[in-house]
Amino acid sequence: MANYKDIIVGCIDKKGGIIEAFHALQNEFNYIPHEALVEAARVFGVSEAQAYGVATFYSYLSVEKRGKYIIRMCESAPCHVAGADELLKALESQLGIKVGETTSDGKFTLELTECVGQCQATPVITVNSEPVFNVTTKILPQVLAAYK
Amino acid sequence: MAEEMRVLLEYADKINPESADEYVKVGGYVGLEKARQMEINDLIQEVKSSGLRGRGGAGFNAGMKWSFVPKNAEIKYVVCNLDEGEPGTYKDRIICEKNAQALLEGMAICGRAIGSNQGYIYCRGEYPFTVKLLKNAIQSAKELGALGDFNIEVRMGAGAYVCGEETALIESIEGHRGEPRFKPPFPGVAGLWGVPTVVNNVETFACLPSILTKGSAWFAGIGAAKYPGTKIVTLTGDAVNTTFFEVPTDYILRDVIYKLGGGVKGGKKLKAVQVGGTSGSFIPEQNLDTQIDFDSMGAIGAALGSGAVLVLDETRDIVDIVTRISKFFEHESCGKCNPCREGTFRCREIMEKINAGKASQKDIDNLLLLTRVMQKAALCGLGQAAPFPIQSTIKHFAHEYARKIV
Repeated sequence: MANYKDIIVGCIDKKGGIIEAFHALQNEFNYIPHEALVEAARVFGVSEAQAYGVATFYSYLSVEKRGKYIIRMCESAPCHVAGADELLKALESQLGIKVGETTSDGKFTLELTECVGQCQATPVITVNSEPVFNVTTKILPQVLAAYK
Repeated sequence: MAEEMRVLLEYADKINPESADEYVKVGGYVGLEKARQMEINDLIQEVKSSGLRGRGGAGFNAGMKWSFVPKNAEIKYVVCNLDEGEPGTYKDRIICEKNAQALLEGMAICGRAIGSNQGYIYCRGEYPFTVKLLKNAIQSAKELGALGDFNIEVRMGAGAYVCGEETALIESIEGHRGEPRFKPPFPGVAGLWGVPTVVNNVETFACLPSILTKGSAWFAGIGAAKYPGTKIVTLTGDAVNTTFFEVPTDYILRDVIYKLGGGVKGGKKLKAVQVGGTSGSFIPEQNLDTQIDFDSMGAIGAALGSGAVLVLDETRDIVDIVTRISKFFEHESCGKCNPCREGTFRCREIMEKINAGKASQKDIDNLLLLTRVMQKAALCGLGQAAPFPIQSTIKHFAHEYARKIV
């Protein structure tokens, strides 16, 4: 696993690039560990409070530990009319967790999201930002089974 | 008229969007070359005369926007808004996936016009694959020398709808929370890192190469006279063909839905259409013969916005959908200004009460009063536009609300 300090230093040439550093950290750890946030604040010359303010402003950034696969369920209007509510219930029951939680084996985290811009094939979920199209309650078990 | 008119998407799926070489083979980078040979004032005038207006939703004349940038400033930036967060919208992603080089060329043309050699593309966090595509496209253009001394850097957002607002977007590139700034000063005078900055939408930039190549008169002659050119629309919801189309701006909404879109799924009747994304107004059936251009949409109390078209069939529960939409705005309000932060929260609260069958006429009156306050007092477009779905449905679908109030 890469060192968080190296990851942050890799973004230093980007002016104001703390969000880029957060993305890079999340690519490695799936969240922003506290010590990495403190280091990023130091490198980019902002206070820890400001860095924390940025990290918690954006819905794709997380300061809480998350699972290996982050499932995001779109609940915007086009997915809503395509049956997102029903799909969300199925996701919660099949994963055995509520929105915002991580399965006990650390495999899946379930989050809600607004539109992910793939409205040609609703309802849409994303798994680690990769969109999965036309997810019905019927095909959900096989969709989830694909993630080992 | 039932055909698409493909200008931006003319070579979709025929060329590799990442490859500058392939783009050049179909006439790419000729517009930029032409721009380089023109006097700056003539170049801005050419874009002004084309009548090109911002495709992000505000509809401001692009050349006019550029002309506000002070000529004497040493450092200036060109920023591309690829933060399309309006639910139901994915046209900018499609432009990148089909014709990314046209976006880069358009940005370089803008750079030439305002005297900037640095551009930024702010891509929404939902599209990491588009970030990758654009980085490859920039690399390809650089290897070919197509962009000259103009540099483009891609920055990725992280899931904040409000960053589609240009000053919030600028804050985000600077590494801050995406909270909108007070205007004035406008970005054209003091934008990214306090220097003059032009922020345009992907679709706006992508129009520029063909304007320069084929001339402003050619572009001005396409579609609606006051909002010329083509528009990429994305059809979602209960339509048969839920996909994207590029049409001239005088195309009517009914044809988008029934001719290109194949009508309503399952042969059902249409109840409503929401144009422009989730912040758009709901349009009843009787207004479908309206042209999609900015001003025609405005004339019926709607907005073209991003060009998203959400079709709802006769079985849909309008109040339920607007309740969902009100939750969207509560979630996406950045919290900086009180009218939006508290207003979107209360709108959602009252909408849920109505949807649960527990509200009275008094609640609807309060809701309408609240939305008027938000429109007048909210700092940015988010809080000002959040009321449109509520107001337009109370106006056009009052009976659906009446059915749920006690």
